[in-house]
Amino acid sequence: MSASSENAAPKGASPRSGIKSAIKRDRSALGSRAVQAAFIVALVALWYVGTTYGQISPILLPNPVKVYDELIDVLATLEFVTDLRITLMELISAFAISSVSGITLGYLISRSQYSIRVFEPLLAGIYSVPIILFLPLYILFFGLGPASKIALGVTTSFFPIILNTIAGFGYVDRIFVLSARSMGASDYQLFRWVLLPAAFPIILTGLRIGFTVALLSILGSETIASLAGLGHRIVHLGEGMDMARMFAYIAFAVAIALILNTVTSSLEARARRH
Amino acid sequence: MTTTAYPAPAAATPLSRRFKRWILVRPGVARLGVIALLFIAWEVAARFFVDKIFLSPPSIVFTSLHTVFETRGVPNALQVSAYEIVVAFAMSVAIGLVVGLSVGLHRFTHKSFMPIILLLYGTPQITILPLFILYFGIGPASKIAFGVSHGIFPIIVTVVAGVQNIKPILLTSAKSMGASRWHIFRWVIFPHMIPSFFAGMRLGMTGVLLGVLLAELYVSTAGIGYYTTLFTQSFNPTKLLGLISVLAAMAILLNEIVRRAELNYSRWRSD
Repeated sequence: MSASSENAAPKGASPRSGIKSAIKRDRSALGSRAVQAAFIVALVALWYVGTTYGQISPILLPNPVKVYDELIDVLATLEFVTDLRITLMELISAFAISSVSGITLGYLISRSQYSIRVFEPLLAGIYSVPIILFLPLYILFFGLGPASKIALGVTTSFFPIILNTIAGFGYVDRIFVLSARSMGASDYQLFRWVLLPAAFPIILTGLRIGFTVALLSILGSETIASLAGLGHRIVHLGEGMDMARMFAYIAFAVAIALILNTVTSSLEARARRH
Repeated sequence: MTTTAYPAPAAATPLSRRFKRWILVRPGVARLGVIALLFIAWEVAARFFVDKIFLSPPSIVFTSLHTVFETRGVPNALQVSAYEIVVAFAMSVAIGLVVGLSVGLHRFTHKSFMPIILLLYGTPQITILPLFILYFGIGPASKIAFGVSHGIFPIIVTVVAGVQNIKPILLTSAKSMGASRWHIFRWVIFPHMIPSFFAGMRLGMTGVLLGVLLAELYVSTAGIGYYTTLFTQSFNPTKLLGLISVLAAMAILLNEIVRRAELNYSRWRSD
């Protein structure tokens, strides 16, 4: 069957096409689920067979069973708690600082079209520089401890948050502001009932992006140079050639990151609905 | 009558008012002023408040920029890093295009593999950076591989999106006029994909820069990561800031090239 007509099918399907197509769709959904499951099973099987019977060195790739045992051990002994607490503390501090300062400054800048035109290109220009370049500088200023990670997290997440706040507050349709004013809205009422509802979804998107990049930059700076935290633990185990435990920690860190990202995305979706 | 009334107030207003009016129609000038203020703040802080071993004033950083290039190995390191970025970007585009097309062109492969790709896109690759070093060594190969791992996913996702969002009527009409599969791909799908492909290349370039710089900073024997570590550990903020400015300029230049290309190639489509 030709690829193009299949692409057209889901959007063009008329409601009258009935049960037959529903069954067909179910079957194709089942099929793709099966392919996904098969892909993952094949990957793990290849990993298992390669490391158990093949010639792959356990230093390059540890046995999945061993990795699983180590992961259970890490979870059961609660060894992960100290590192996780440090990483989360850095993340929360960085996100709190950047969201408060980003939203406040963004709101102040968005109050006049003139200051938007002065500041927005400047902020967008700095945003296009890879912020990770500042890490050596921050290590020089703040040392190897959590402070340099928080500073890097603040710098990376500040820009998406302030740019989205400016975009949210600055481009509210003038007609809404004018009509609210002409009906006698006070400054507070204008903010509460016109500006905030219009800007809120865009600010939320900025906060979600900021949270994700803050998490990435904190894990990254912990990997590059640090004293504690999840990223540090992974590097430390890698340098000690304790590969199975390192894989277990990688799986743990990835799971934490995915959980945090899923939670923020669903929070964003929920807040947007109100 | 009224003709004489107009020039008079302009001459009568005080200089400050006229300056204010002049600057209000030129936000660009005000922006330069803000940048100048930031540099002055940096200069004052570095000269009078912060210890010399942590921060150098911008005047010294920029006048001694040439000493950074005169440091033995730095020009070579910049070359190595530029080479890593270019190779990683080219590989990301090539692999991303092939994977994106093969995943996006069929509904079944799209439904099967897209969730896996999105899952991988969502994982923080930084956690497996030590593995990249282990598998590819501490030379340029690991930086290129890590850059590709960051640059490839945005390209795949945007190529898939570009292929998928084609209006069914365009495909139906092309087919009813007797276009073969190759013709449909060449004259309908391919032109339609171009704008989002270039948007993907821009995101991919950001990813490649991030990946290569992360790997460079993590461990490096000849690249710029080696020299940032060296300047940090020897408390030489003048050279460190100089090197960081050169790298930032390089990153902005590369981003700008890709952004210009994107603007250029998506102009033909108005909707």
